[in-house]
Amino acid sequence: MKKLLLPSLLILALAACESDPVVDNTAMTDPGGSTASTGGVATVNVNPSNNATGLPPWALDSAGNSVYFDYDSYVIRSEARSLIDAHAKLLAQQPNRKATIQGTADERGSREYNLALGQKRAEAVRRALRLLGARDAQIEAVSLGEEHPACTEATESCYARNRRGDFVYLGR
Amino acid sequence: MTMPRSSPFDAFGNLFRLLCVLLFACLTTNAHADIDITVTGTGTRLFPLIVPVFENEGDLPKPISDIVRADLQRSGRFSLVDLGPLTLPESRMPDLAAMATRGADAVLAASVRPSPNGRFEIRFRLFDTTRRESNPELGGMVLQVSPAQHRLAAHRIADFIYEKLTGIPGYFATRIAYVVKSGSRYELQIADSDGMSAQTALRSPESIISPSWSPDGQHIAYVSFEARKPVIYVHTLATGQRRVLANFKGSNSAPAWAPDGKRLAVVLTKDGLSQIYLINADGSGARRLITSSGIDTEPAWSPEGQWIYFTSDRSGDPQIYRVSATGGAAERVTFEAPYNVTPRPSPDGKKLVFVTRHEGRFRVAAIDLATRQTAILTDSGRDESPSFAPNSNMILYATDIGGRGVLSAVSADGFVKQRLSIQAADVREPAWGPLQQ
Repeated sequence: MKKLLLPSLLILALAACESDPVVDNTAMTDPGGSTASTGGVATVNVNPSNNATGLPPWALDSAGNSVYFDYDSYVIRSEARSLIDAHAKLLAQQPNRKATIQGTADERGSREYNLALGQKRAEAVRRALRLLGARDAQIEAVSLGEEHPACTEATESCYARNRRGDFVYLGR
Repeated sequence: MTMPRSSPFDAFGNLFRLLCVLLFACLTTNAHADIDITVTGTGTRLFPLIVPVFENEGDLPKPISDIVRADLQRSGRFSLVDLGPLTLPESRMPDLAAMATRGADAVLAASVRPSPNGRFEIRFRLFDTTRRESNPELGGMVLQVSPAQHRLAAHRIADFIYEKLTGIPGYFATRIAYVVKSGSRYELQIADSDGMSAQTALRSPESIISPSWSPDGQHIAYVSFEARKPVIYVHTLATGQRRVLANFKGSNSAPAWAPDGKRLAVVLTKDGLSQIYLINADGSGARRLITSSGIDTEPAWSPEGQWIYFTSDRSGDPQIYRVSATGGAAERVTFEAPYNVTPRPSPDGKKLVFVTRHEGRFRVAAIDLATRQTAILTDSGRDESPSFAPNSNMILYATDIGGRGVLSAVSADGFVKQRLSIQAADVREPAWGPLQQ
């Protein structure tokens, strides 16, 4: 590029300036050619098949694995009690089994606040399981917030489907 | 109106530019759809200004005067008077009377010269055409740049002009981070503040949220769901090196870098509901900052590091509070609406932007921290993730148009409005980075 440039450069006759401009040599000097000062960005790929967590696929909204919540509510509805009972019994009888409770929220409002709301739902399910005999080490309450919606329509029925706590069992 | 991106050019410059474009095309391996920026509102008075074609700018990999003009035009504070292909060499005082006749109150004179080691010297001076009798020169600079730095140089020249003519520091030599969702793929991208030179830092099959810039602009902390739960990573942009900052039992989210770059505020649930912790930048020493019986989340540091603002539902509805960075009692900051979230203090410490819900619509609002007066800045309905430019004068945020995520920017006074969009993609979670060194 330099070789291309040189013959094409024009020689400038600079008249003396009335006042010298501020010389700013340092800020943009890049002696080492580091990528940082030119804004270089290296790309990292997260490959799902190389994900070494060994976790099963997402269990989204599968029948019998989801507890639904009312709007702005973290109280387990009475109709969900038998489902939670069944899971607590399974965990109590099989101490080696581990489950993740994934809480979710509908998409309205801040993603981080929705993540916290999903956590509140997951935590409500976790506490119910503990009271019914599951052990702390068997259950982890996490939140997916609004990041994995079961549906994406802006309707109350869709929002309701996205306010859940899902049971996901790890391994056998 | 979409900003013009090209300018008239002499034949030699065009030929050279073509050669450079061809060379560049061979070297570029990571091409991306850049962001289109549309200005949808401007200030009440536009400052008339001439930024001519720079003398010899065809020697640069790409001409830069149109980058300077586009920056200034997009700011919504200037009207650019077109001089066509005419150059105004930096070495000579321009004919200020003639420029005033064309309607310009200020005029730039600028030249590009070769420098040793393949670098370039860009010299420019700015003149006030309304002060022809006294001392019309407003100042100038000499920049020594490598060819790869030509866009950064253009943004710094625009910053210089912006500051001289408005009295407010510029914000063009900055980068923005945001997340693009295309189909089921998520990308954390970094672009220049004008939406150009978009590059992908992370590509993932799972969601990425809450990017937070380190104060030096070298690292980004974010939340990734690639491990099927929210985990906080710190990612070094230039090298792609990334490491887990926080992966405790439960959820790990909402990273916020302290102004000193040594630690972060994060939200963990290892002890129950979402609570705020401080953690060292190497992931060590996590300690709880404050305890509530409900949700505390979305921490953000005041610019001098004294306060941490956050969202809490301790009163029932989500509201904004602040607590000393050394802990203690929380003080409530917002009162006016039933839903106030995502507090982000301005770098000058005078204001706080946040998202407020009013009649079912989520909009960006600003509170003056001295007078506690609140103003709603946007008229959209699904605004999220506001963040200030380093000059405290522009606010970048995510919103929704026709069911598709776009980025928008609004000036702190609410007058200047821009929309930043990528064709056929969902863009969200913007974060405005620091001034580039």
